[in-house]
Amino acid sequence: MSKTLAEKIWDEHIVRRADGEPDLLYIDLHLIHEVTSPQAFDGLRLTNRAVRRPDLTIATEDHNVPTLNIDKPIADPVSKLQVDTLRANCKEFGVRIHSLGDAEQGIVHVVGPQLGLTQPGMTIVCGDSHTSTHGAFGALAFGIGTSEVEHVLATQTLPLIRPKTMAINVEGTLKPGVTSKDIILAIIAKIGTGGGQGYVLEYRGSAIRALSMEARMTVCNMSIEAGARAGLIAPDEKTFEYIKGKPHAPKDFDAAVAYWSTLFSDADAKFDVEINLDANELEPFVTWGTNPGQGLPLNASVPNPAEITDAEERGAAERALTYMGLTAGTPLKKIAIDTVFLGSCTNGRIEDLRSAAEILKGKKISSSLRMLVVPGSARVRLQAESEGLDKVFLDAGAEWRSAGCSMCLGMNPDQLAVGERSASTSNRNFEGRQGKGGRTHLVSPLVAAATALRGTLSSPADL
Amino acid sequence: MEKFIKHTGTGVPLRRSNVDTDQIIPAVYLKRVTRSGFEDGLFAAWRNDPDFVLNQEAFKKGTVLVAGADFGTGSSREHAVWALQNYGFKAVISSRFADIFRGNSLKGGLLTIIVSQEEVEALWSAIESKPETAITVDLETRTVSYDSTVLNFVIDDYTRWRLMEGLDDIGLTLKQTESIDSFEKTRADYKPKTLPILK
Ligand code: SF4
Repeated sequence: MSKTLAEKIWDEHIVRRADGEPDLLYIDLHLIHEVTSPQAFDGLRLTNRAVRRPDLTIATEDHNVPTLNIDKPIADPVSKLQVDTLRANCKEFGVRIHSLGDAEQGIVHVVGPQLGLTQPGMTIVCGDSHTSTHGAFGALAFGIGTSEVEHVLATQTLPLIRPKTMAINVEGTLKPGVTSKDIILAIIAKIGTGGGQGYVLEYRGSAIRALSMEARMTVCNMSIEAGARAGLIAPDEKTFEYIKGKPHAPKDFDAAVAYWSTLFSDADAKFDVEINLDANELEPFVTWGTNPGQGLPLNASVPNPAEITDAEERGAAERALTYMGLTAGTPLKKIAIDTVFLGSCTNGRIEDLRSAAEILKGKKISSSLRMLVVPGSARVRLQAESEGLDKVFLDAGAEWRSAGCSMCLGMNPDQLAVGERSASTSNRNFEGRQGKGGRTHLVSPLVAAATALRGTLSSPADL
Repeated sequence: MEKFIKHTGTGVPLRRSNVDTDQIIPAVYLKRVTRSGFEDGLFAAWRNDPDFVLNQEAFKKGTVLVAGADFGTGSSREHAVWALQNYGFKAVISSRFADIFRGNSLKGGLLTIIVSQEEVEALWSAIESKPETAITVDLETRTVSYDSTVLNFVIDDYTRWRLMEGLDDIGLTLKQTESIDSFEKTRADYKPKTLPILK
């Protein structure tokens, strides 16, 4: 019977299937971090349970760590306790951990792929909704809650209801200056933040195949912003090439490739829903509101809520404009920015840093703003430094930080002040996401860099 | 887990759609390593506003939250469920929930109930005009009832049974250890392990 890619992976991981019950699915890799794991380990202790497969589990510190002075103890005692708790739990239960200061420390979704642990055909979970990132390798990867973290620790399985499948076909060629971030922002604006609920998304088409692995990760990363728990892309030569030579690449590489090459949706497989997007038409995208679906091409103006017919959407747009301090009709390119954030699991990889550095090289950022450059992992930071990118950023007047989630979420010391406005390469523009009262515009690394130079939302073409 | 069979309480009308998990509990409140005490972070940004529904005397004691569509979008933080439970909520009613939030809530014993948007609107009007309206959420009969209205909702048999018995998912899965053992024997050996690579 013909199957979609997601169905193939699902079926290969069924440990037990019974009528009227969720499928019990085997989990190949479990990533953990400090914020969503302490209560799970506590649960194990209370019930006297062990971690079934520490050898399929790996931890890193990312959400709650500072990106300055990382050689000093963490200043905030509550954050310190959370990080210390993770370290103690990993020690007690025998889980490998990459702590602050370690060359492999970093955002959990950057660390997995760079170690070569993320591979096609796997099931991957993490107590973090952006686990969908790993889908770029043709893995079925999704975020879970803390009870599920505990469940996977104890059993290496999860009881799950089989999701529906949605194909998103992106055909054509991107114009210069348009990136994979713009593809995914356009998809979310099209299907809405609830459009993917209950589905696994499969991104397909010539525009997706043309993307690098890192650009594919950016697309899959934001599947959750479209409401989908997982999004994936069929593996190809680029995928195999990317994994080759990584520390955890399979020793019997040929056997692995032989299997990986079977991982695609069959030609006559039926998706529950299909969506089409024309890549030729895409422009750099930016969000104007407080959910990721409230986005427009950079050349547009702030929308007028009065023109929105759906009452619910109109109300949301009105509230968003008030929160964002924007007036309908203002050209998006006239919006002045206070802080540019380049980083996160969406756009904190080496290619993202390279593409921004290329624009900033030999130039100075606007004196009206600050720019934070935060590599997604310590490894990315080292790589960037070996290429001299740190100097480019510093010479341009930006700050060069250590690895972590940083300003992607208002939890660690890197936060927006009340009313402060950012152009951010991260993935969520919710109210207060980057700090209480902070105002977020989601953008690509290219738009972030161009904006840093001009002080207002800009695309590289404006330079 | 506590059994959930039937609950009667008053409602809290939250007339907002797309309430994401950063609104339910902002990240700064996620630093605790316990499962309790998250009520102080619940809707933190809105609680400063004296007009916010939970600051109104009439709704302070409510245990059934009635929210706009797409409740719980955003992050996978289960803290959002704990914050609602720690505050005292037993059930949330909406026309649409985000997948991960719904999964988390049903695992943790917070009943999330889907009814149509019109039914949500009617319920809002009923509680706003008479905050003391008793709302009964009955998992046995899969109904929500208030005044003379009875709404049916859908929940799969398995989840319903688990909630009504108060069963722990992990305990249930551990009964399948033999199936897990035999599945593991068939796994390909080129699949990666996280053991440190010795150079
Ligand atoms: S970078 Fe942002 S989205 Fe990614 S894992 Fe960290 S907090 Fe979550």
